[in-house]
Amino acid sequence: MSTEVQSVLSCYSSDKTRLMDMLWDVQNQQGYISDKAITQLADGLKMSSDDVRETLTFYHFFLDKPFGKHQVYLCNTVIAKMNGYHEVREALEQEIGCTFNRVDDSGLFGLGDANCIGLSDQEPAMMVDHVVFTRLTPAKVKDIIGQLKQGKSADEIANPDEILNTKQDYVEAIVDANLRTESRVLFKPNRDYKSILQKCLDTNIPEDVIEMITESNLRGRGGAGFPTGLKWKMGRKAEGAEKYVICNADEGEPGTFKDRVLLSHSPKDVLLGMIAAGYAIDSRNGIIYLRAEYWYLKDYLQQQIQDFRDDGLLGNKVLGKDFEFDIRIQMGAGAYVCGDETALIESCEGKRGTPRVKPPYPIQQGYLGMPTSVNNVETLACASRIIEKGAAWFSDMGTEDSTGTRLLSVSGDCEKPGIYEIEWGTTLNEVMTMIGAVDPRYVQISGPAGDSLSVEQDGEREFCYSDLSCNGSLMVFDHTRDILAIVRDYSEFFVEESCGICVPCRAGGVDLMHKMERIIAGRGTEQDLEEITTWSNLLKGTSRCGLGTAAPNPILATLDKFPEIYAEKLVVQKGPLLPSFDMDEALSAHELAVNNLMKEGE
Amino acid sequence: MSVRVTIDGQEIQARSGDNIIDVAAQNGVYIPSLCYVKGKPCLGTCRTCSVKVDGSVMAACTIPVREGMEIEVNDDAEIVDMRKALVELLFSEGNHNCPSCEKSGRCELQATGYEVDMMVSRFPYRFTPRVVDHASKTVFLQRDRCIFCQRCVDMVRDERTGKKIFSIKGRGTHSSIEIDAELANEMTPQQVRHASDLCPVGCIIDKTQGYDDPIGQRKFEIKSIKDRALEKEHR
Repeated sequence: MSTEVQSVLSCYSSDKTRLMDMLWDVQNQQGYISDKAITQLADGLKMSSDDVRETLTFYHFFLDKPFGKHQVYLCNTVIAKMNGYHEVREALEQEIGCTFNRVDDSGLFGLGDANCIGLSDQEPAMMVDHVVFTRLTPAKVKDIIGQLKQGKSADEIANPDEILNTKQDYVEAIVDANLRTESRVLFKPNRDYKSILQKCLDTNIPEDVIEMITESNLRGRGGAGFPTGLKWKMGRKAEGAEKYVICNADEGEPGTFKDRVLLSHSPKDVLLGMIAAGYAIDSRNGIIYLRAEYWYLKDYLQQQIQDFRDDGLLGNKVLGKDFEFDIRIQMGAGAYVCGDETALIESCEGKRGTPRVKPPYPIQQGYLGMPTSVNNVETLACASRIIEKGAAWFSDMGTEDSTGTRLLSVSGDCEKPGIYEIEWGTTLNEVMTMIGAVDPRYVQISGPAGDSLSVEQDGEREFCYSDLSCNGSLMVFDHTRDILAIVRDYSEFFVEESCGICVPCRAGGVDLMHKMERIIAGRGTEQDLEEITTWSNLLKGTSRCGLGTAAPNPILATLDKFPEIYAEKLVVQKGPLLPSFDMDEALSAHELAVNNLMKEGE
Repeated sequence: MSVRVTIDGQEIQARSGDNIIDVAAQNGVYIPSLCYVKGKPCLGTCRTCSVKVDGSVMAACTIPVREGMEIEVNDDAEIVDMRKALVELLFSEGNHNCPSCEKSGRCELQATGYEVDMMVSRFPYRFTPRVVDHASKTVFLQRDRCIFCQRCVDMVRDERTGKKIFSIKGRGTHSSIEIDAELANEMTPQQVRHASDLCPVGCIIDKTQGYDDPIGQRKFEIKSIKDRALEKEHR
């Protein structure tokens, strides 16, 4: 057996729930995960090789074949396509010397696509060997690929000053934070975490912490808006030999990047929130599930965790109290569906990121079957501010049902894309002014899974859980943009990211995408629109998780808000033939063929 | 503990914790399903058991009955059509050619198609090319027909080591069912028969078994899938 795989196995005590980590370790050492390595892992874990492959092939970034020494993934979101994506794509193919989804002849580069990598405010962007490059142009691509060819590493190119990757400056050197607003709740600099936690633990029993969070009316920032206090209360009540706190940092919703900035600018807010959650529900173990696209944050976050250990905020006796808590980082490997909390837990257990059947809910039976509180990065950061400043301070901001603030990741057609902290209750028009949107027509909030807004019709609506319940993604499109093409891209996104376990999402998603293509091609009829609606309802009703139920949203919502753009694409029935049948086009082929033959004859 | 629920307006007593499929069957109401196997943990993959619970669409196999639940199975035209649509979706997603299939007459998908009154799929047929895997000595894997119910993945294991024999590769519409040929070669004839019977379609084919029963005397021709599902409850 190769000693490399052997040492990976022993590093994780041949625990198959750590398969994700093992696959990453093997791939990082060997460039890909060979058949031989798969067999060795399978033998070591007493699984069949296909069982290991089941996990491996689920994730976009795991490779079971060589994919070049340098793996280049260009992000292909609609926002990238508005900012020169096509030119950059061409430049990459030209400089590398191969087309997408291939390895170049020298074996130096593998070139692939990636869905949103959390950089919509600085697209086009690409990942190269766990590092990212932003605001790409053909010239920049030429330079980067040239340097790679000369033998430089991606890290050396992105970080020419050789800043340690455990420093915030390192992250800053690679990506821009684009923080556009003054701090209200989040991004408060210079917080004294030790004394905040000390005071919290000295004056509050766990139930008090839960009470404080409940009173603040903090709700989950991931999108669903579940009351955080209630979740923790249920977690405390739930029985289990162990309990877990998981920070969901699998920020995959296209257009969102707030967690990237929170984790790089206020990582300790998030860690403190996790400790508070652990104290509240009586858990000893925290896990940060970090998406692979944010690999460049990994060592930095690890250092933040270590700082907390060194200062006594994590460990066997947190600040001398009879309370044990520690945090580890679990890397994802490229699967949007893992943003679903049960899929995320499956992934943490080394399996395919398939959403579980609910009930039971994670707060009853989650990670390893134990009660697990899964919280969004922003929720945890808010919690850390609430234990510092009190519930009333927090609930004084926002509206009655939506307290505090909301981070918006703004991208698209506006002058100042980036991170905005708005008080709940702010209107869409106010946000449009804030971000410098000159001619906005269509706004997609909460990513493709969310809602499509018409600025004209929805301008006065408010961001709050009872109206625009936004998960933080806000993409703006002006009057020059092709809405149907954007919606088609979103449908394709759901097809590519569907886990495939349930029929409506796996199979129906493809049919919805084909319907969009049919309409864009000008072959759609009124009947197609009717079918889109009933098929969409099928997906919404019968899918197993939020991905399937949300997949038709962009189509349904744009049909509702912009019916005219669909209507003008439809063909109407002329005569007895099917409306989708074009008689002239069908007959033109004959003339064309005759003409070609005549030409050949000459 | 006993709870009271209504199915299509009819009030019935049920045992708390039982799922809706079982409770309905105990009371003579058939709910189709292509992944659920009574007595096994629910898989929740095919969704063809979708019903309305207090007005919301839910997969009946995944939901334990609760006091006061109002369940609509056949009274609501929309939900009846949704179940039918899901069955049709499976016929257009894979390549199902009943007349030439070894499983014809014994196939749960085909039988369910009849139960939901399907005539033809409303969805465009995709004719996706899928490759047959014949590497194992015991089993043909006819991927054209796989509906990804996951029964074989979850319920068929190597008897000696407990390892998975069947597994899924890839994700979403790019998924495929895989078989570990070495482990499959170790399967006993009984286990092969069990796997092939478990498969709701003609994907896992026992290499020793072909078109055994004459037309007219095949499993679901002798007794419909609906009667079988209901009868198990009354035994």
